[in-house]
Amino acid sequence: MTTPPSAVRSATEWLSARARWQPLEGLFWFSAFAAVFLFPERHLILTEIAWLGLFALSLDLILGYAGIISLGHAAFFGVGAYTAALLAKHEIINEPVLALLASGLVAMALGFVTSFLVLRGSDLTRLMVTLGVALLLRELANSFGWLTGGADGLQGVTIKPVFGIFRFDMFGHTGYVYSLSVLFILFLIARRLVNSPFGLSLLAVKGNPLRASAIGVSVDARMVAIYTVAAGYAGIAGALLAQTTAFASLEVFSFDRSADLLLVLIIGGAGYLYGGLIGAIIFKFMQDYLSVLTPQYWPFWIGLVLVVIVLVGRDRITTWTAPIRLFAARLDWRTFARREAAASKDQCQ
Amino acid sequence: MTVVLETIDLTKRFAGIVAANNIALRIARGARHALIGPNGAGKTTLINLLTGVQRPTSGRILLDGEDISGLPTHERVGRGIVRTFQINQLFGDLTPLETLGLAVSERRGQGLDWWRIVGTRPDLITEAVEILERFRLTDVINERTAVLPYGKQRLLEIAVAIACRPRVLLLDEPAAGVPEDERHEILRAVAALPADVTVLLIEHDMDIVFSFADRISVLVSGALFAEGTPEEIARDPRVKAVYLGEEIVDA
Ligand SMILES: Nc1ncnc2c1ncn2[C@@H]1O[C@H](COP(=O)(O)OP(=O)(O)OP(=O)(O)O)[C@@H](O)[C@H]1O
Ligand SMILES: [Mg+2]
Repeated sequence: MTTPPSAVRSATEWLSARARWQPLEGLFWFSAFAAVFLFPERHLILTEIAWLGLFALSLDLILGYAGIISLGHAAFFGVGAYTAALLAKHEIINEPVLALLASGLVAMALGFVTSFLVLRGSDLTRLMVTLGVALLLRELANSFGWLTGGADGLQGVTIKPVFGIFRFDMFGHTGYVYSLSVLFILFLIARRLVNSPFGLSLLAVKGNPLRASAIGVSVDARMVAIYTVAAGYAGIAGALLAQTTAFASLEVFSFDRSADLLLVLIIGGAGYLYGGLIGAIIFKFMQDYLSVLTPQYWPFWIGLVLVVIVLVGRDRITTWTAPIRLFAARLDWRTFARREAAASKDQCQ
Repeated sequence: MTVVLETIDLTKRFAGIVAANNIALRIARGARHALIGPNGAGKTTLINLLTGVQRPTSGRILLDGEDISGLPTHERVGRGIVRTFQINQLFGDLTPLETLGLAVSERRGQGLDWWRIVGTRPDLITEAVEILERFRLTDVINERTAVLPYGKQRLLEIAVAIACRPRVLLLDEPAAGVPEDERHEILRAVAALPADVTVLLIEHDMDIVFSFADRISVLVSGALFAEGTPEEIARDPRVKAVYLGEEIVDA
């Protein structure tokens, strides 16, 4: 039996459809970079959004793509933050970008080692194990006060100019451009990764590990790999925080941070990479707005939002944004053109 | 006869019951071997042991004379032991095309490629599409697997396994749950399996078993009860009493 080339061509097109850039994506990044010029007075909060978005992107890689839930992702964030702060304070690596990479690598090493703890067990086990690791690290950082500054945090950190040229300023101008650029580059890499055969195998592992192994996928190895990569992303997010604020404290490891992160991803929706970024935008602006309005009730509002999302999304909270994504896909003229073609073909028959 | 797959005193105990009891099974290269037995006889358990989904309590499994008992499932797949599932185990969120593409790419050792966009290997896609055509799945190639009709999902179960290029294919009740009028699709697919693939078929439908098999093993309460050619098994009064008798009584 021979397969007509047209069938292969259309199959190719369908397979690569996931990876195609949508117009809304272009708009998203254009706006993010336009904000550099349009909202200079908002650069501080935009910087926070950038590293929070990166942090949530990291969680999306393991939760949205590999199905590994975590309530202790701050472990990697915190290790990245302390590494970056320590490298700068002791002038071990002075150039921020290099220090950022080093922080990511340290977090990756920790991710690799701890990944073996999340291979087995139910979601509940994973929640507990990841939570435990983060608490453990917090206590470690606390007891090694001579190194980390203990409960006072790591004081007296000075971050040198990026590439030896761009100084960090108190308005967050450099900080935003720097964080956004890092986020954008890491996003491109993640986008490539999830649309690769490796990314597809992650979806398989998440969807049905039994079948995944039955087609020859080493489920454990794939989970270790993505957990390690995600840890690196989280570490870099933490390092961005440390570098843009020239400070690191025990709070980087806190339970609240891990829990908020899960909330950010749920707000934006997991499993399509933009969820973490959109969630970060909504979360930060809501926090900013509501905490000015009613400082003491901020957690109340967050709780309310969570309840609403869960009600709207029912049991599939991670995909409550699916209608929006469908809409976005419909905006893509290629999808549209293909639909039209298919429709007219149907009519002919 | 060259034995391709062999079990030696294979035993699996669950709390309270022995699901596999000292099984010594030998499967010849290229065989069309059927495994029959009443519900709960331990047929699926045997497949789980052969594929490494479960570890035996004792005993060994040899592939081409080599002990593979310690290998994890995915490595056994790499050596050509591939199975289908009695209850569908598919990737609900992926399409048949993606599922097949994934299986082919894993078989080729390209599963760790993380910088290449899916769908950039024409030869790989050609192979996936060709298999989908063979199993008459072209009309649903881009549908989410979860929404496919049950019969199509059963076909996909086998198609995925074929994409792994099995040397020994273990089919666990491929037609289970398929309505009578759609069964022929599955049967056609099973009958058309490549001749060089060794097949072990678990099936309750005796018409299918006897038209398919050149050798039949009967499993009862975890133990191999009888084995022989279809004629021998059909004639065996003990089998009739224990197994076929039951069928007849049922009917
Ligand atoms: N994971 C398990 N834990 C405990 N007992 C099990 C397990 N798996 C199977 N069993 C038991 O082992 C016995 C054999 O089950 P198995 O599924 O292998 O039977 P089978 O021959 O495939 O039956 P069927 O024809 O209904 O598919 C049954 O009594 C079953 O209850
Ligand atoms: Mg069974």
